[in-house]
Amino acid sequence: MSQSLLSLTIQWVLHLLTLLLLPPLIPGLINKVKAVLAGRSGPPVFQLYYDLAKLARKRAVFSRTTTWVFLAGPIGTVAAGLVAGLMVPFGHTGTPLAFEGDVILFAYLFGLARFLTVLSALDTGSSFEGMGAAREVAFSALAEPALFLGFAALAKASSSLSLSTMLLGAGVGSGRIAGPLILVLVGWAIVFLTENARIPVDDPNTHLELTMIHEVMVLDHSGRPLALVLYGASLKLLVLGALLLDPLLPRAPQAWQNWLGFWVGLGVLAVAVGLVESMTARFRMTKVPQFLIAGILASAFAFLLLLV
Amino acid sequence: MRLYFLAILLVMGSGVPGLFLRRRGGDVAAALMGLGAVLGLTAAIRVLAGGPVATLVLPAAPLATAGLLTLDPIAACFAIPVFLLSACAASYGISYWDDHQENARTLRLVLGLLAGSLAFLVVSTHALPFLLGWEGMALSAFVLVMTEDRLPEARRAGWIYLVCTHTGTLALFGAFAILYSASGHWVLSGLPRGFAATSQGTMLFVLCLFGFGLKAGVMPLHLWLPSTHAAAPSHVSAMMSGVMIKMGILGLVRLLSWIPDPPFWWGAVLMGLGALSGILGVAFALGQHDLKRLLAYHSIENIGIILLGLGLGTLGKSTGHPVLQVLGFAGALLHVLNHSLFKGLLFLAAGSVVHAVGTRNLERMGGLGRRMPWTSAAFLTGSWAISGLPPLNGFVSEWFIYLGAFRALGFFRWPWSLVVLTALALIGALAMACFAKAYGAVFLGSPRTEAAGTAHESPRSMLVPMGILAAVCAIIGLAPMLVAPALDRAVATLGESAGGPQLSLLVNLPGLTILALLMVGVAWLLWRWLKPVEQGGTLPTWDCGYAASNPRMQYTASSFADGLVAGLDWVLWPRSLGGKVAGNFPVDRPFESHVPDPVLDRLADPVFRTLSLGASLLRFLQSGQLHIYLLYVLLTLLALLLWMVA
Repeated sequence: MSQSLLSLTIQWVLHLLTLLLLPPLIPGLINKVKAVLAGRSGPPVFQLYYDLAKLARKRAVFSRTTTWVFLAGPIGTVAAGLVAGLMVPFGHTGTPLAFEGDVILFAYLFGLARFLTVLSALDTGSSFEGMGAAREVAFSALAEPALFLGFAALAKASSSLSLSTMLLGAGVGSGRIAGPLILVLVGWAIVFLTENARIPVDDPNTHLELTMIHEVMVLDHSGRPLALVLYGASLKLLVLGALLLDPLLPRAPQAWQNWLGFWVGLGVLAVAVGLVESMTARFRMTKVPQFLIAGILASAFAFLLLLV
Repeated sequence: MRLYFLAILLVMGSGVPGLFLRRRGGDVAAALMGLGAVLGLTAAIRVLAGGPVATLVLPAAPLATAGLLTLDPIAACFAIPVFLLSACAASYGISYWDDHQENARTLRLVLGLLAGSLAFLVVSTHALPFLLGWEGMALSAFVLVMTEDRLPEARRAGWIYLVCTHTGTLALFGAFAILYSASGHWVLSGLPRGFAATSQGTMLFVLCLFGFGLKAGVMPLHLWLPSTHAAAPSHVSAMMSGVMIKMGILGLVRLLSWIPDPPFWWGAVLMGLGALSGILGVAFALGQHDLKRLLAYHSIENIGIILLGLGLGTLGKSTGHPVLQVLGFAGALLHVLNHSLFKGLLFLAAGSVVHAVGTRNLERMGGLGRRMPWTSAAFLTGSWAISGLPPLNGFVSEWFIYLGAFRALGFFRWPWSLVVLTALALIGALAMACFAKAYGAVFLGSPRTEAAGTAHESPRSMLVPMGILAAVCAIIGLAPMLVAPALDRAVATLGESAGGPQLSLLVNLPGLTILALLMVGVAWLLWRWLKPVEQGGTLPTWDCGYAASNPRMQYTASSFADGLVAGLDWVLWPRSLGGKVAGNFPVDRPFESHVPDPVLDRLADPVFRTLSLGASLLRFLQSGQLHIYLLYVLLTLLALLLWMVA
């Protein structure tokens, strides 16, 4: 009894530590991969930690037009991301909070983060930020059905509505649903790139305000609010990345092996994102909806395959 | 029941003393309405908490049937929003309309009549009182819409409404006649098994769907709804959108409660209509730039969500899956309450904005969050809730319907409920976009006009009702286990799930509460962490180095929605006029774009215009001379005689 309680505590602590401390490493890895592939040495892998520490000490500048809503975006992104991170399993290591239907709450938490980010962008009254906000809501309207159709396929396959069972359940990984699963993961990979504002949908390093989506919405944040924005973005990489990784990770007999597997998997995902960003160019803005519809179709076909 | 009856009388007569008072008539009306609401809410909550179901039996001979009026859990579910919103609207009306001396008294009186009729209607379980309440509601709402009858827009809205509502009543006469011939009495009660599958049953369903759907504003029948909601005073819009259109849902819910074995296709039709209303409702809302019309289209969307839940429950009832019944019906009934709360809140907040700025056009507002902080917070709460975002109440009811739809995937050979899932996901994303647009254009940024720059916060009598509604939204969202037992009772009356699973066993409500509280806690900590930030001075918004930016350069509501409207132009058919700039020294060119209503502006309007043109060709028959008319009578009689002989 005490043994299991101890392992449960360790598992909780590891989950929380991973959730709180690991995220800034992912953008660092991605940037390192991009730099190496481009023949540069690039910033250190821990650069985002240094940036966050610096921003936490800096003063913030607020625009004259802003109200308290301006702060709701950064706060909401981090709060929703952390709560969503408690519901998603990190590999086969157990989930702190899992219940029937948490999958919908999970998806809607990201909706909440997006809503508040869009509002804080509109709070500045800048036409650039309005433009980014408009693009964000338009593209997310297409990303949402892809995510939900993927959930529907996995719910049908695992007859469960809880993220941990759907992603790691006994049926997942068996031969019958291998085909649909691949399609779901393709659809979700597109959602992952869109939600995290990565190439080919959006370029996190662009310097032209007119062409940005996510970055332009946070132009006016500085100091601690900016630190929260950056941290929230990396948190989203971790949590949505876990969604992609979980069905692929094999179950190991020992808990430490499972943890190691997850961390390594996360590293591989970061490298993969870095590779995609190095090898592809950004889509023209008018091409992005087609890319997202491809994601919807992939998830929809996955569901169809499960019916036959 | 006596308590409830007293509440109806108090509410109905709340405007009467004001007729004879020179001043403070509004206060008296609000006090009476508030007292009635407290009594009515007590009676309704007592029934939902497990108290006895009360009925009224009159001694008079023709009416001496049991079940003239019944306060059962279904009635109680609908009575709660009626009383809550009436009291809030009456209090709001004190400051909102009482300076209009010419019709303030009429408005108060008729608002009381509307609230009373609604409260009477929800407990009616006999055809006669039901139609009495129905007509009382329809006529008093007509008078309320015509409050500003000097405006042609209000007159037009009023007439369209009157025609629509009576067309609906006509269908209800037919429906009740079928019920009478099937059961032999006018008491609206359970029908025998197998009736629904007969052709009479089909006719009953179609008539009810038409009559009640017209009132609820289901998508192809919604033509009266947007203009009516826009033209009426805001607290009346709140009443109409919050509770009056729900009476159409009440009718459908009652119909489903009479039928023990609804055919499968009923559920499919309800789900299909729900998806249509939901998606098109929010899509048309995106194209609006009149704040109140936008909210009105969102009512259509939410009626769609309610129908999705009802359809899912009906599917469960016809195939004997109690889980689907509980989740579908509970989701629909909770969404009825939720929608009345947040839509009432949104209309009241929108009313404050319209009151302060003097226009309903989104493009002439902006930056009101600074000048009207409380109204802004209220509107934000409403937007948050209506977009179905956690941790407010809108999420809870949509969550139930989602869960039912996911469960249904495992029950049937074909994935019927995939319609519900994709529709809800799409509606959620688009509603969020639409409310980001509305809230952003009205309250955020800097003022686009002088009126928006000098707006003032509303008085307390308008803010308190909004506060109450917002608080209830938050309570239901954070502690949904409070309403779960009440929903179980209502579902047991509605479905065939005696001994079925309870809501609290199907969904993990404490889990939701824990996560919601956790999120609030994290957000509070982060807020504390941000607060002591030393302000590095305030500067203008970063505008890429352009030094002379002005408020008109902000992104407008129309541009914000343009990406989505352009993507949906194959259903929306947006119209735009002007805007082409030419020449080396272009002059100012006006540009306007709008999204007309598909049914009213593109179908009904041209059809009826052509009909009335055709009818005017027959006008020569009406000369106004008596002897010619006598000749017509003679000719008709002769023709009839010949026809009879032949």
